[in-house]
Amino acid sequence: MSSNIENFLDRPYEAGFHSDVEMETFAPGLDEETIRKISAKKNEPDFLLQFRLKAYEHWKTMTEPDWVNAEYEKPNFDEIIYYSEPKKKPKKDSLDEVDPAILEVYEKLGIPLHEQKMLQNVAVDAVFDSVSVATTFKKKLKEAGVIFCSVNEAVEEYPELVERYLGSVVPYTDNFYAALNSAVFSDGSFVYVPKGVTCPMELSTYFRINTQDTGQFERTLIICEDDAYVSYLEGCTAPQFDTNQLHAAVVELVALENAEIKYSTVQNWYAGDEEGKGGIYNFVTKRGVCEGDNSKISWSQVETGSAVTWKYPSCILKGDNSVGEFYSVALTNHHQQADTGTKMVHIGKNTKSTIISKGISAGVSQNSYRGLVKMTPSAEGARNYSECDSMLIGDRCGAHTFPYIDVRNPTAQVEHEASTSRIGEEQLFYFLQRGIDEEDAISMIISGFCKDVFHELPMEFAVEAQALLGIKLEGSVG
Amino acid sequence: MLLEVKDLHVSAGETPILKGVNLEVKAGEVHAIMGPNGSGKSTFAKVLAGHPAYEVTSGTISYDGEDLVELEPDERSREGVFLAFQYPVEIPGVSNSQFMRQAYNERRKAQGKEELDPLQFDDLIREKVKLVDMDPEFLNRSVNVDFSGGEKKRNEILQMAVLEPKLAILDETDSGLDIDALRVVSNGINTLAGDDNAVVMVTHYQRILDYVQPDYVHIMTDGKIVRSGDKQLAIDLEEQGYEKLAAQQGVA
Ligand SMILES: Nc1ncnc2c1ncn2[C@@H]1O[C@H](COP(=O)(O)OP(=O)(O)OP(=O)(O)O)[C@@H](O)[C@H]1O
Ligand SMILES: [Mg+2]
Repeated sequence: MSSNIENFLDRPYEAGFHSDVEMETFAPGLDEETIRKISAKKNEPDFLLQFRLKAYEHWKTMTEPDWVNAEYEKPNFDEIIYYSEPKKKPKKDSLDEVDPAILEVYEKLGIPLHEQKMLQNVAVDAVFDSVSVATTFKKKLKEAGVIFCSVNEAVEEYPELVERYLGSVVPYTDNFYAALNSAVFSDGSFVYVPKGVTCPMELSTYFRINTQDTGQFERTLIICEDDAYVSYLEGCTAPQFDTNQLHAAVVELVALENAEIKYSTVQNWYAGDEEGKGGIYNFVTKRGVCEGDNSKISWSQVETGSAVTWKYPSCILKGDNSVGEFYSVALTNHHQQADTGTKMVHIGKNTKSTIISKGISAGVSQNSYRGLVKMTPSAEGARNYSECDSMLIGDRCGAHTFPYIDVRNPTAQVEHEASTSRIGEEQLFYFLQRGIDEEDAISMIISGFCKDVFHELPMEFAVEAQALLGIKLEGSVG
Repeated sequence: MLLEVKDLHVSAGETPILKGVNLEVKAGEVHAIMGPNGSGKSTFAKVLAGHPAYEVTSGTISYDGEDLVELEPDERSREGVFLAFQYPVEIPGVSNSQFMRQAYNERRKAQGKEELDPLQFDDLIREKVKLVDMDPEFLNRSVNVDFSGGEKKRNEILQMAVLEPKLAILDETDSGLDIDALRVVSNGINTLAGDDNAVVMVTHYQRILDYVQPDYVHIMTDGKIVRSGDKQLAIDLEEQGYEKLAAQQGVA
């Protein structure tokens, strides 16, 4: 019976199509010249070129870390294409110049970019390989005072904001892939919500890798000033290629006093085939800092794709009473490997963090939760609650939990719970006996298992997550 | 004939468990199956429901004129076979009412009827909840999670009342019930049992037979039904025990 469960999870990757779009790509390989070329292409100010070059110099001194609980062939950095952009370049604020083939790609993925078909109340920034090709609802957002554009555009239009915040949360020295990203990042999304503004709609970026052997190195920067609020969604897909592609992004969030940032991800990069051939290496550094008092950063993620995932969306809780949250569902099948979790670093007084992680493993996949909760000496009265649950489907997969707890303040409290369960024959038979077929049964069991996380997703994403996990959400998403 | 079991042999892996069971059940009848621990009663019940751990090695089961063995477990359910489990499983995160509505609607779909929306279903289930004297609060809780033993049994009867099966197989639904719960459960069974339905109860205790009148009582030992009779057989059994009764094989 468990092999039937695997068949069920084994549905084809619907986003796996490749489109012929005329692209201009750099030759593979990385040296100082490549970086200067990327920077020149974008007419970057000198501070940015210097940032890239320093990051590159630093990266050369680093070695790829190997502590991850995954086995994979290390990327060959000489074979990666570091820049690829559509030949037909979009004009600002207009889709007229965007290659229709690209618009078609997004349409096929269910993210129409045309004004008349756009998703209601969700503004979309579409990043295709290395560059942003379109951003919707820009005008409406501007009226509210919200800046939502590609990082390239932000560099041109708001260089002082970019200079102030870029690298302020994740310095280029942070880790191997953050250094690489800092050197070669090509584009990404930029969000700035000024003081007192509640962003009037959901913002979202949709990342698509299209060209074979291209690395995607995007950078996202979200700043919420005092008393501001934004909810941001991120989606990702890639065509099916039998070689691995590298996606090494950096995401930085800054929340000032009383500000709140809600960041949700549905990650469905191509995972490779049943034998583990191909798929995306998803090595991402995501971190937010709760700079001001009473600020809040909430990460929710549904991770279903990628051959190897290696990421820990984290919160630095500096402001007093600031709140960090991490809600995660990670599903691995076949040969997928995921090592994901979070870091909550408590610095301010009475800071609070919640971690809810649900790992589902099937096939011969490996699914690890790795999390750090750190209470620094100044974190008077800080509290953390963590819950890490794993569900196994079949008996050839693995689930692992690596919680690291570091408490340096005696008034801080840390609570950690963990459980492992298996979709059992008896549980399935109970559903069948009540007339519910196996597919619906598994959906309901998984959906029940992930309920606490689905509750945290914005409605639009909950629907996508449902489609992804093949889950009936009836009654389970509030 | 609603159910006709002929010379049924069943194994789990290499181990033979049922060794030639014969049973005939007509619509409108109530049957009780009694027998010592490990004699194969639950196995028989689960085989009727199509549990994948068991293989029918020989013999036949016909249900409403169909070869039951050929049907998948979920098809059997939708055609009116219901099993109240001896040990109902827990399903975290799935609410009791959501679970029952899904089950109910699957059956409606199979019958070509329209599905009930959550509000319509709510009306229906609230009536049924009264029948088994359950706190409606249980509808919002995860299926069987942290239910007491007796609450789980009541919940099985609630599901039976919702699904209104043609053939209800109750595996020790009376075990572990206090006297009030026993009355409630019996009431649920009696409400279901009509001219078009049949009930097969597995039980260890004669006491439920005071509330639910069986037409036949069967005794199973070592994978076979060794004696059949009326209610008197259950009373004799209570007095004499299995060993003595089983020794007088075939005398009904
Ligand atoms: N899946 C299985 N694999 C191996 N042996 C099994 C399996 N299921 C049942 N058995 C064995 O078959 C025999 C009959 O078990 P069953 O549960 O049907 O008994 P029972 O009559 O319901 O007993 P009780 O009155 O204790 O509930 C027991 O010896 C049991 O260990
Ligand atoms: Mg039993």
